Formats: sequence, structure tokens, C-alpha cells
Amino acid sequence: MGIAKKFRQIFSTVPMLGWFLGILTAVLIEYYWGYDYISYYLGLPKIPVLFGALIMLKEPMMIPGALAYDLVVYVIPVLLVAKLSSVFTNPGAAVLEKLPLWLSAVIHLVCFYAILHLWAGINDYRVLVVKLTLVSIILTVSVNVINGYQGEFSCSHPGFMALGAYVSSILTLMLFTNDKIFGTALLPPALGPYLFPVVLVAGGAAAAIGSLAVAIPSFRTRGDYLAIISLAFMFIVKSAIENLNIIGGARGMGGQPDFAPLPVIFFWTLLCIWVIHNFVNSILGKALNTVRDDEAAAESMTVKTRKTKMTAFMFGAFWAGIAGGLFAHVLTYINPGMFSINRLAEILAMVYFGGLNSIVGSIVGAVSINVLGEALRPLELFKWIIIPLILIFVMIFRPYGLISFTEINAKKLLEAKHKRQQGVSP
Amino acid sequence: MEPLIEYFYYILQNIINALQRGSFYAVISIGYSMVYGVLMLFNFAHGDIFMVGTYIGFGIATVFLAIFSGLVPPPVIFLATVVVTMFLASWIGVFVEVAGYRPLRQAPRASAAITGLMIGIIFETTILIMLGAKRLSFPPLMETVNYHVGGIYITNVKAMIIIISLLLMLALHAFIQKTKWGMAMRAMSYDFLAVPLMGVSINIIAPLTFAVGAGLASVAGILYGQAYPILDPYMGVLLGWKAFVAAILGGRGSIKGAALAGYLLGFIEIFVATVFPSTLRDFIAYSIILIILSFRPRGFFGMEHSTKLRL
Repeated sequence: MGIAKKFRQIFSTVPMLGWFLGILTAVLIEYYWGYDYISYYLGLPKIPVLFGALIMLKEPMMIPGALAYDLVVYVIPVLLVAKLSSVFTNPGAAVLEKLPLWLSAVIHLVCFYAILHLWAGINDYRVLVVKLTLVSIILTVSVNVINGYQGEFSCSHPGFMALGAYVSSILTLMLFTNDKIFGTALLPPALGPYLFPVVLVAGGAAAAIGSLAVAIPSFRTRGDYLAIISLAFMFIVKSAIENLNIIGGARGMGGQPDFAPLPVIFFWTLLCIWVIHNFVNSILGKALNTVRDDEAAAESMTVKTRKTKMTAFMFGAFWAGIAGGLFAHVLTYINPGMFSINRLAEILAMVYFGGLNSIVGSIVGAVSINVLGEALRPLELFKWIIIPLILIFVMIFRPYGLISFTEINAKKLLEAKHKRQQGVSP
Repeated sequence: MEPLIEYFYYILQNIINALQRGSFYAVISIGYSMVYGVLMLFNFAHGDIFMVGTYIGFGIATVFLAIFSGLVPPPVIFLATVVVTMFLASWIGVFVEVAGYRPLRQAPRASAAITGLMIGIIFETTILIMLGAKRLSFPPLMETVNYHVGGIYITNVKAMIIIISLLLMLALHAFIQKTKWGMAMRAMSYDFLAVPLMGVSINIIAPLTFAVGAGLASVAGILYGQAYPILDPYMGVLLGWKAFVAAILGGRGSIKGAALAGYLLGFIEIFVATVFPSTLRDFIAYSIILIILSFRPRGFFGMEHSTKLRL
């Protein structure tokens, strides 16, 4: 306890920019010396991908080496640079603070992306993990609109994801590639990356229209109907795709062009978070919260409950469809088995682990479950005991999830930290 | 005249097959329905409780056959297997309640559903780790005899499955209607908040409900093992989710409804497979359920009640 307090005291003067600089240093060290010098001298076969978690679990003999690597490459440079550079990052942050909040946020995000890109680019596996994590963030935030902000229990998100994935895949295969099934490309393939957003939105729209099949019957009354009907919907979508042999049936569908590099996915993730943040803070979002808390009272306060619920549900489904489209173009292969009960369990785990009614919570949930899932991969089956156990404990001790019903104050996060010191000194 | 009779026998044969398939769904979905009735919670682990029950039945049957085979007549072995399995499996139900649901009494209902789901995943993984990925086959507890009645074929296993399922459901009905415990359960599902004030402890009734559901599911597992002898850790997922939907279709908390909907699901599955390719089975079954639920949201026998009480 004492150490943590002291630690926090020492580093309370470091602004966000300082942390970025520290992490950038660590990533640059790894980029230039990680393989040739550091892992060579520590006896590691290659650069540890996820902070050495994989190699530690696979070969216990490597634990000291991997820990030393983490210490040398990440912990020491980050802490040292962050602390020492606070002399000039604080004035920098103070300059940014004078700008409008959105501009300052954009600058921070660009810095963040640059670091992420550099870090992920060291290894192809890292790129894949980061991409899938970002897609999971979109998915989790979109589920949180329904399960958190609306307070219902929707099980159909794998179905929406499948709709988005299949519609966007069919469109890209039809328009931009010479495919066995869909014939020659209808448009020049060079246009593909530019028209990809349109394709994704089409996939999202398909998911939103599909969500009407759930929304119309289930929002007549309140209660558990949504859970059941959405579950049935998920099975119907999966079974329908399995029986459509023209799009591959149960064998799946491959060969999507790689239109989703890291920057594109990062952009979509940011867009999703921004739009959903605005949605839940709009009048409609507030109406949604009142419907969750007391439907009768909301109705008497002129909230059109049914319309509100349907809009929110379609909105959530739309983003799930976008996530599905990105997912299909990251993996460049999809099959109906991917969008089944297992995916549902994963999605629910991410949402309820992170926290209901909170976008930050969703991001935390998606990142932790994804990274944990990848890091525990060497344990094979035991992974599927550890992750459920963690989730059960989270549910028992924090029934609404880790970070629920709160949001982080962006302004406070990005501000310069030297002012606080001045306030303390007499 | 001849083709008409053939057709009649064909239908009759399918009805018997559907009754057999429906028996499994009916017995499993009763477990979902009872938990929903008493606690107003989804027991997402029930499909995997069924799976674990089947594996327990497999173990007991193997042991009993190895020891008593030839010493006592097969029906006695069968009966002993059923009784011992039911007893052991009901403790699985109690475990799920105590570990996954009791700590979450005050929590939102969705959280309890998540713990149920996660306990189910833990069960599947544990079985996979313990027994490996190889598929075990359930030992036959009785000699299969084929009867040829008119134009239809019926085996003694098939008849036994249908009859035992019906007997189980009748026994459950008697238990719920006639005993003091059953009365406590009915009271609990009638009013969740007032009954604990009358001296009926939820911490006794809830494990009892889980135990009864798990016991029934394990018998369904033994019967399933007689009809389809291949065991696999994901069998609970396949049957369980369908039985869950059937339980809702029957009306939440209604045992009669769950049984009826289970049989209906069996009929839909078998008769769809006679007309359409069998891959369309799930699609049509779930579509029919979706349509029925959109017109009758409370299912066949569900009472209209506000879920506001427990949200």
C-alpha cells in the first residue's frame, strides 16, 4: 500500500504526453535493439510478443529472461523517461490545454496511434492481435448500448455480426475481386480501399435491418422476450447461412481482399466510440436510460419508449455489423461457426467484465479479455477455466462489471500536471 | 388403398421418433423452467449440467455393468444406475446454485446469467481435460429388441425412453402438487418476495429446484446415451439451448408448458427432416418458435407477470 501511494505521488506530475514519450522510447528501444541485442543476450529466441506472457507459459525456464526483458525494455525506460521528461512535457501539455479540447484530443490520439503502429509493426502476430482487439472494442461498445444503456439482455450480436460480415464480404468479392463465385470485378480493384467504407456501411445497414426481426416482436412488452427472441434469431442466421450454398454454406467463405489495415480499423474504432458516446449522451440516449430505469415513468414523461428502444437496438446492430465487416476483412475468411454460441459467450464476457453503461468499461473489457485470451494461449484448455473463473469473481464482487456507470473525464486526463504541484506548495 | 396405409405407417413411425426426440427436450427444458419459475433467472448452465449428468451416468453404468453383469437382471442394473446417477447429478445442480447463483441474489439478473454461462464453460473444459477429446460410447444397459407392429418398427429402448420420460414428468407433477416441498416451490414462483417472510427459506428451495432439475436432466442423459451412444462434451450445448428456447415457448415457469413445448420441438425437428433436407432443421424450428413467440409472447401457459420485481 505504501509503495503504491509513493509511486503515485512520484508520478503524479507526469502528464499524458510524458507517458506517451516514455512508451515511445520503450518501443524505439525494442524496435532497434530488441532483437539484436537485448533478446540475444537474455537468451530469448525472439522478441517476446505480448510482454513475454506466451514464452513464460510455454517454457518456465525462460521466465527470468522474459521478466528481465520486460524490465529493460518497458518498465525502466517508460518510468525513467516519463519522470525525467515531465520538465518539458508539462509545458507542452499546457500549450495543448489552451487549444480546444477536440484538437488536443486529436493530437493525443495521433501520438497514441503512432506508438501503437510502431509497437504492433514489430511483429505480424501483434498486428493481428491489435486488429482483433480493436474490432472487439467496436463490438463490445455496440453491445453495451443494448445490454448496458438500454438494460435488456440481447443475445443476437453474433447474428448481426454475421450479417455484416457476409454482406460486406459479398460486396467486396463481387465488386473488387475476380472471384470464382461472383465472376470478374465490377469495379476497378484499385477503387476498393476507397469504397470500402461504403461496403462496411452497407453491411452495418443489413445488420440494422435484420435487427428489426428481433426488435418488432420483442419490444411490445418488457422483460426477457428480447433474450429469447434474439437467441432464436442468432440460431436462425447461423442456420440460414449454413444452408446457403452459394456463399459457401458451412464451409465458409474466403478470399476477401485485405482492405482493413491497422489505420483503417483504428479510424473505425475511434469513429464508433465517438458516435456511440455522442449517442448515449444525446437526448435519445438519456431517454434510453430512463426507459431502463423505469419504463412507466419514462412513458408518462413523454418518452416514446418503443421507438426509443427500437432506435437504440438498430443502432447497436448497425455497429455490430460494421464490426463483423471489419472482422471478415481482417481474417479474410469467415464461416457460420464463428458466429455461434462461443462468440456470444465471448461478447457477453467482454461486456460484463468491463462494465455496463460505460464506454471506458467496454474498452477495458474488450482489451483485457482479448489480451488475456492471447496471453494464456499456451495453457490451451486451462485458458477456458481461468477466464470463466475470473469472470465469475468479477460478477460476484462487482456485479455490474469493473468500470460501470462512470466515464473518464477527457479534459482531466490530458491536462498538464504541474499546476497541482503549485497548488500544494505554500 | 395400399399406398395410403403405407403413408399412415410412415406418419406413425415418425410420430414415435418425434416422441422419443421430444422426450429429451421435454425433460431437459423442465429444468430450465423450474429455475425460472422459482428464481426468475435463466440457468444457462443447465445444458452442461445435462452433459455432466450424462457423463456421470456413463461412469456409473460402466462400473455397475462391470461388477453386477450376470449377477442381477439388467432391469435392476438399469434402475440402480438411474437412481445413483440422479443422486450424484443433483449435487451438481446444488453446486451450481451455491457457487454461481447464491452469491448473486442481490445482483442484477444478467450477472447471474453470465455466471451460469461461465460455469457451463468450466464444466465443458473440465470434462475435456479429464477425458480427452476422444469420444466415449455409452454402454447399452439392455439388449435391444426390435418389435414389428403392423408397418412400424419400434425397439424396446425407444418405448422405454418414451415411457420413462412420461413417468418422470408424472412423478415431478406429483412432487410439485402434493408434497410440502412442492408447495414451497409453487409459492416461491407465485411471489418471490413475500414467501421468504412466511418462513420458507430461498436458500433451501433454490438448491432443491436446481437439484431436481439436474436429476431429471441426468436421467435424460442416460436415456439419450441409450438412443445415441456417442458422448461428447459439447452435447449439452447442442441440446441445452434448444431445450431452453422450448422452456420459454412453453411459458416461463410452467412445467406443463415446458414439457409440451419440448415435445413440439421434437415433432418439428422430425417432421421437418421428412420434408426438407435435414440441415434446415434448426432454421425451421427456430423460425416457428420466433413466429409463435411474436404472436404469443408469454408462451403456451405462461402467466402474464411483471418482471419489474426482480430487475
